[in-house]
Amino acid sequence: MGAQLRVYRRRMRSVKATKKITKAMELISASRIVKAQQRVAASTPYANELTRAVSAVASVSSTNHPLTTPSENPKRAAVLIISADRGMAGAYSNNAIKEGEQLAALLRERGLQTANFLVGRKAVNYYKFRNRDIAGSWTGFSDNPTYEDARAVADALITAFLADSQTDINGVDEIHIVYTEFKSMLTQNALAKRMLPLEVVESSTPAPAGLLPSYEFEPNAGEVLNALLPRYIQARIFNAMLQSAASEHAARRRAMKSATDNADELIKSLTRLANAARQAEITQEISEIVGGADALSSASAGSE
Amino acid sequence: MALTVALVSPTQKVWSGEAVFISARTTEGVLGVLPGHAPLFGVLVDGAVNIKGVDGSNTQFNVSGGFLSVSNDRVSILTESVN
Repeated sequence: MGAQLRVYRRRMRSVKATKKITKAMELISASRIVKAQQRVAASTPYANELTRAVSAVASVSSTNHPLTTPSENPKRAAVLIISADRGMAGAYSNNAIKEGEQLAALLRERGLQTANFLVGRKAVNYYKFRNRDIAGSWTGFSDNPTYEDARAVADALITAFLADSQTDINGVDEIHIVYTEFKSMLTQNALAKRMLPLEVVESSTPAPAGLLPSYEFEPNAGEVLNALLPRYIQARIFNAMLQSAASEHAARRRAMKSATDNADELIKSLTRLANAARQAEITQEISEIVGGADALSSASAGSE
Repeated sequence: MALTVALVSPTQKVWSGEAVFISARTTEGVLGVLPGHAPLFGVLVDGAVNIKGVDGSNTQFNVSGGFLSVSNDRVSILTESVN
């Protein structure tokens, strides 16, 4: 076998092996998207009910809760970025990190310092490589987050928020979250949102006509809000994590699908090249034989 | 007249349907809800939530903290974990 042909065959083998891996990863991600979507759907009733409750309580009660009152002189803002632990997901983590950068730039324009809270190894590595301060980081659950993970993140953020930023170096006045919204299998958007101080977001359903029910509170409005708001933040973060996880799987599936397609393409063109090389080799051998026979016959004809 | 009830946790909708009576333990004590109850928002402590369905069935859940809100015969119970 000619050297050229051997090189082509070797490259084909290696591309085929890669294709098998990317194909397997594509299938795994495809099956996990469905599960991740179901988890997003399962967490939605809780998030909706909690949002309704928070809007009801916040609009009824006149209490000035620290979690709903914007600071008069904000100094620091926390930015929570949710990214992936593993790569092979196209631009997924990069998009979230870039969105975080834009948000940080906006905050700096307003004269705020940023405290970085990071979820996912990709974001942590990005910030570590650039020697930036990391206020908190969590890794190891980006593709399958549990409520406990969300609670750990939320607790750290709320602690930082409740600390006084004027005196405490770790205190923050605002909390922003950057995550990837799962719109559909094909569309995922990196989004930045402000979580605290609370802007009581209108839910997708319009408010019922007439007066809001005047709730009785047990024990009282302030206590209820105290208990409610941390849960609300946890639920928001949990929902963001679940959506990000679904987006991660979708992004990975898409990236692996195009990798598989590219491998297919590559195998096709390598097969063509290998065939051409083999053909050239055969042609050369034939012409060598013919040439050799010619030379032999003309040599023997000359000796006679 | 019946109550429309939803008992939800962060990971799933645990129970939903129509009920005639609900009892739960709030920070102030045990509380019962019948149809026509005034709008109420309560903080739950660890304990049992009883739901008596319209079909006469009686379901009990052990919740660890959470909230109970009642308005216009619509009851939602939010809890972090149920068993």
